Amino acid sequence: MIPAEFKYMFPSTVDEAVRMLAEEGEDAKVIAGGQSLVPVLRMRLAAPTALIDIGGLTELTGVRDDGDSLLIGAMTTHYEVQRDHLVQDHALLLRLVTDTIADPQIRHRGTFGGSLCHADPAGDLLAPVLALDAVMIIAGPSGRREVPAAEFFVDYFTTALAPDEILLDVRVPKYTGWGAHYEKLNRVAQAWSIVAVAAAVQVRDGAISAARVGLTNVGSGPLRATEVEAALVGQQASAEAISEAALRASSGDGYKDNLARVLTGRALTAAVAG
Amino acid sequence: MHISVNVDGVTYADEVEPRLLLVHYLRERLSKTGTVVGCDTGNCGACTVHLDGHSVKSCQMLAVQANGHEVTTIEGLARDGKLHPVQEAFHSNHALQCGFCTPGMIMQAIDLLADESDPDDETVRKGLEGNLCRCTGYQNIVRAVQDAAQRMKPGAGPKQEQHSDEHISSKQPVGGE
Ligand SMILES: Cc1cc2nc3c(=O)[nH]c(=O)nc-3n(C[C@H](O)[C@H](O)[C@H](O)COP(=O)(O)OP(=O)(O)OC[C@H]3O[C@@H](n4cnc5c(N)ncnc54)[C@H](O)[C@@H]3O)c2cc1C
Ligand code: FES
Ligand code: FES
Repeated sequence: MIPAEFKYMFPSTVDEAVRMLAEEGEDAKVIAGGQSLVPVLRMRLAAPTALIDIGGLTELTGVRDDGDSLLIGAMTTHYEVQRDHLVQDHALLLRLVTDTIADPQIRHRGTFGGSLCHADPAGDLLAPVLALDAVMIIAGPSGRREVPAAEFFVDYFTTALAPDEILLDVRVPKYTGWGAHYEKLNRVAQAWSIVAVAAAVQVRDGAISAARVGLTNVGSGPLRATEVEAALVGQQASAEAISEAALRASSGDGYKDNLARVLTGRALTAAVAG
Repeated sequence: MHISVNVDGVTYADEVEPRLLLVHYLRERLSKTGTVVGCDTGNCGACTVHLDGHSVKSCQMLAVQANGHEVTTIEGLARDGKLHPVQEAFHSNHALQCGFCTPGMIMQAIDLLADESDPDDETVRKGLEGNLCRCTGYQNIVRAVQDAAQRMKPGAGPKQEQHSDEHISSKQPVGGE
């Protein structure tokens, strides 16, 4: 189908983009890679009056080293995240997750920030970003603010972003040397997760010193499996400790509960191994 | 809105509606009907083209987003009346039946081969994940991509471009002395 009519705007600075969003009002929308928004427009699930294309804001592209954390620009594509050395060294989980998103063509256009702002519960980056304690850096008419991931994901397709705000960067603490794994269950013809588990673990002298576990698509937003994390810390990185901890993964839905436990066990086993 | 896009080596300047999809711009305005549309959701990959050298689904982009960029379609692959090696490999390996998925498959295969010059079976299947074929069962498509990789190996170009000893000697003057 053909999208409904809209006005198209191409700002060259963040300030200009924020001003345009404010001026165009509630029915204006940001377009990043367009890989979620264009199908939405084509199926006429939404009909924004104006699209503000942030594709020209080069300062939102790329990953920067910021001391104890990485700053991932919202416009960094999945393809770029997959190949970024800082991500590989300090946030391996994000690379492993991104490898599983969609297909090569979509990964060339789709962006890190766009995935988070779209907030599809089946989106793969939400749970890892939550589990890794990332912080969203947001620009709006009254300046910049920071929102922790735990407060950013509000509900199905709903975030803490106001209609006139733009996600600029995501601050991800460094997890240098942590083992990581993303265990994803999906149908072959569609990359979207039925359920998936993101795990990162720090193993010291054979014992788990810290763990992060996030669950994809078990509810209206990403879930952090804090009980699983707590049960792991201080344990030997053994099969018994992992299966015991994995039993605590829970979603509140019978079928998905079981999936969550099985996949948590597999994710942790692989994360501990490397 | 006014846009300027280079498509298959030619720069076009056009006035387009912002809601015009890139694939419709290519097909309806530039008559590049080699690029086809198979779905509404970005799943099938039939519309794959290259944007600045990387594969994208042209139904998932607005034409205005291509402003100032370079697009290559299936129609821009042949050179001097000769098929691209990936096109040739699809032809000789019977990698198509109805042919609807073929333009997208070939464009994505070229992208894949740019990253992986000698891909194994699994790598080809992963690389073509975003392209659906309703006819072939994929076997011959995978074979064709692997065959294309061989055809595109350094030194595997057309005969006249090869620098074998035989070729050089054939250029030496014959029967002069
Ligand atoms: C066939 C197909 C398969 C896919 N499979 C998967 C999958 O397996 N896993 C997965 O996680 N995803 C998948 N996706 C989605 C893909 O990851 C998209 O890239 C992502 O959801 C959106 O990123 P985008 O840059 O394209 O955002 P857009 O489509 O441009 O925008 C999405 C939404 O976010 C808003 N937005 C974007 N950027 C900003 C910003 N910086 N500030 C404020 N608002 C913003 C937009 O207004 C819009 O509402 C798939 C998509 C397709 C078409
Ligand atoms: S027509 Fe573009 S992906 Fe199907
Ligand atoms: S040959 Fe018919 S869809 Fe692939």
